[in-house]
Amino acid sequence: MKRRSHSEQHHGKRPRFPGAAASTSPQDEMEDKTPSNPRELTQNPLKKIWMPCKNGLPEKHISQRKVCMTNCPTLIVTVGLPARGKTYISKKLTRYLNWIGVPTREFNVGQYRREFVKIYKSFEFFRPDNEEGLKIRRQCASAALNDVRQYLTEEGGQVAVFDATNTTRERRETIVQFAEQNGFKVFFVESVCEDPDVIQENIVQVKLGSPDYTNCNTDEAVEDFLKRIKCYENSYETLDEVLDRDLSYIKIMDVGQRFLVNRVLDHIQSRIVYYLMNIHITPRSIYLCRHGESELNVNGRIGGDSGLTPRGKAFGKKLSQFIQTQGISDLKVWTSQMKRTIQTAEALDVPYEQWKVLNEIDAGVCEEMMYEEIQDHYPLEFALRDQDKYRYRYPKGESYEDLVQRLEPVIMELERQENVLVVCHQAVMRCLLAYFLDKTAEELPYLKCPLHTVLKLTPVAYGCKVESISLNVDAVNTHRERPENVEVSRMSKEALLTVPAHQ
Amino acid sequence: MMRGCSRTRLTQNQGTAVCMTNCPTLIVTVGLPARGKTYISKKLTRYLNWIGVPTREFNVGQYRREFVKIYKSFEFFRPDNEEGLKIRRQCASAALNDVRQYLTEEGGQVAVFDATNTTRERRETIVQFAEQNGFKVFFVESVCEDPDVIQENIVQVKLGSPDYTNCNTDEAVEDFLKRIKCYENSYETLDEVLDRDLSYIKIMDVGQRFLVNRVLDHIQSRIVYYLMNIHITPRSIYLCRHGESELNVNGRIGGDSGLTPRGKAFGKKLSQFIQTQGISDLKVWTSQMKRTIQTAEALDVPYEQWKVLNEIDAGVCEEMMYEEIQDHYPLEFALRDQDKYRYRYPKGESYEDLVQRLEPVIMELERQENVLVVCHQAVMRCLLAYFLDKTAEELPYLKCPLHTVLKLTPVAYGCKVESISLNVDAVNTHRERPENVNIHRTTQDALHTVPPHV
Repeated sequence: MKRRSHSEQHHGKRPRFPGAAASTSPQDEMEDKTPSNPRELTQNPLKKIWMPCKNGLPEKHISQRKVCMTNCPTLIVTVGLPARGKTYISKKLTRYLNWIGVPTREFNVGQYRREFVKIYKSFEFFRPDNEEGLKIRRQCASAALNDVRQYLTEEGGQVAVFDATNTTRERRETIVQFAEQNGFKVFFVESVCEDPDVIQENIVQVKLGSPDYTNCNTDEAVEDFLKRIKCYENSYETLDEVLDRDLSYIKIMDVGQRFLVNRVLDHIQSRIVYYLMNIHITPRSIYLCRHGESELNVNGRIGGDSGLTPRGKAFGKKLSQFIQTQGISDLKVWTSQMKRTIQTAEALDVPYEQWKVLNEIDAGVCEEMMYEEIQDHYPLEFALRDQDKYRYRYPKGESYEDLVQRLEPVIMELERQENVLVVCHQAVMRCLLAYFLDKTAEELPYLKCPLHTVLKLTPVAYGCKVESISLNVDAVNTHRERPENVEVSRMSKEALLTVPAHQ
Repeated sequence: MMRGCSRTRLTQNQGTAVCMTNCPTLIVTVGLPARGKTYISKKLTRYLNWIGVPTREFNVGQYRREFVKIYKSFEFFRPDNEEGLKIRRQCASAALNDVRQYLTEEGGQVAVFDATNTTRERRETIVQFAEQNGFKVFFVESVCEDPDVIQENIVQVKLGSPDYTNCNTDEAVEDFLKRIKCYENSYETLDEVLDRDLSYIKIMDVGQRFLVNRVLDHIQSRIVYYLMNIHITPRSIYLCRHGESELNVNGRIGGDSGLTPRGKAFGKKLSQFIQTQGISDLKVWTSQMKRTIQTAEALDVPYEQWKVLNEIDAGVCEEMMYEEIQDHYPLEFALRDQDKYRYRYPKGESYEDLVQRLEPVIMELERQENVLVVCHQAVMRCLLAYFLDKTAEELPYLKCPLHTVLKLTPVAYGCKVESISLNVDAVNTHRERPENVNIHRTTQDALHTVPPHV
């Protein structure tokens, strides 16, 4: 089975008809298909999806709904003065959309400018009377829009985030026309903020480290950047309730304290608005760990609902000590509804909440089996899983792809919260980690999440700092690497080559 | 179990996904008459209750109607009518008193205080009331100046109001428009500057535009999301189950079997029915189980598969007959009859779990217009309970027979439901709650209500 790249994976699934799954097509209309003979169904062996077939072969790639996004691609356009968080929002939104399965890419015009104008001299480049500068900036914006068009029309992209100041109505109108010509929907995201502390913090966090200022000291950089902002201020035309009443947009004011939302057109825009209204920039840390070592772990068995081994319990105690040394005010603790995570949280002696959606991936008919047994009873399934571990669904069970959908409310609530410790499971933790560290669908199922190790995630600049803290309690290894041979015809030995040792 | 979690107020929410809020929330509507406040209040209340947040609405107009038995005319609402003002203030107080009781003594989590609340003074009174009692306040204002919308509003819900039972249409409309005028001069809309410390959402022009200020917690965030997704465009939602399946006929639950010949016949009838309905742009959704997909295939239109529409997972009881469940798991079978909503099959799900999993479907149904959902018995019961405002106790026993389509059309404050049987015979899969739900009951008592099967 061909491995598809992240951006390709949805190509065939993108609905081509207004709000519809591609279960029929214009070609079908021309066939002699009488309604009295509905098509036979076959179940796709990888994802266990029922699809119509002819002579036993699948006919059309039906769009199974994770999220039905939109019929046409969406162009998200940021608006705002420098240091208002546009790039922060762009990157975060891109990460979120990709994680929930919407192929998204950001296009930062500043980056195009940096590639064009190799060396940044000073704010003078941005002066509104600098003809040369204006010309270059316009060219960069055009180049970026050109790449946007290519991404959305030829590379299977669903959403493009056009990250630039876009502070004049004229510039925005150009973009709207570009979108109309290409059949893209436009959604503006404006960030308005006049709090000098927030702007200062912004500059310190992300501008000082910018390639533009590698050869400046802090004070010089800050001074230059403030002058840069000034260059935009006179011509800044904020999105207006009256003048821009026909546009679709969200105006974020004062770092999320207030929002103005206009003409949300479809599902994806609604989700974007919901997401943007839930994120915040208050410093905090998210701790992810698995339950302590369980009885089934030790026996090399997957799934189930077993209790902790003595070492697993020891981890619980170490975890409690670790949490206390972290000195976190108001730490929320979340577990799944499986015994092993709850037992682990109990050792912390603090209140915790149980989430069913944090339960481990359902291995269906393979629940409580050892990999050796899966190979023995279901060698085909075992091979398919190795071929595409992200999309593979266990018979009567789930796939990583399903897990991500089920975990989306957890991510949304994590965004809302501040300090949280999530005690969960291997596959679940991989999914959550992939969101924070922007991992692809291919990387996600192989992320290393060993037992008895806490990952501390702290948002910093545009991303996430991750510290891995092993609590020094031995545990069995449960990480199975992708073997070399993933062919259906492979031998047992090859299939089991990477199974970690167990009792 | 969970210790010390301040959220134990939600007695039935043990183990449910999210801790809603630490303290109760008071939602306060704001707006001139005929701006949809009661529509929003009722809908929001229905949604919150369905997702498991105990919510009740308190309509001050209702208190007024109980106090002033007979409504004479708009004169009652004149701003210079001292008597009227006094009565209205008393009614608001009485309602707030009931709010306090509901939130502090009756286990309520959210109260919706539905009144015009058009002056800053009145709102300030409410804010103080909330502060004294430890409630969070969230304002929901509806602003609309489109005369067509207001007219339609009056026709849809005011003409039928108890206030106007003895008037003809023209009289009622004329009086009501004068009633609105009584409020206009003193109307102080929520202001970006003056009210910057309040938490609120201002809905403008029936959802075209929103101003959202200081969303404080999860429940407010969910409320905002919901309010931003609902609309009032007329449409219908069609709910039905898959055609009769092989396992159905054998009295077995769950599984992933295909349709019987009668089930396939239903598919054809469904196709004809849909065509006669003449719906433009009908969306069709199915689960990812073979039987719903087979049914949709017969419609010969595009459809979308949703995994979250799959039937309730019966865990270890999958593909069993009720007789076998009684045989192998008599305790489980009795527990299920004792509390069918909360009961979770071993390694399976409960109706309560189903509701949580179906919430995104409801949200998307709210966004959409004409939709046909081809699903399953337990799933359909959950969706139906949302539209028809059924309690957790009623939900698992709602009748959703095979080969019957339910057409739901929003009307006034609720939902009209038409049940259309497509006249294709099918086995009955509805098991009523037996009289004896005691764990020591006899097998005969347990199986008393099992519908006949092959």
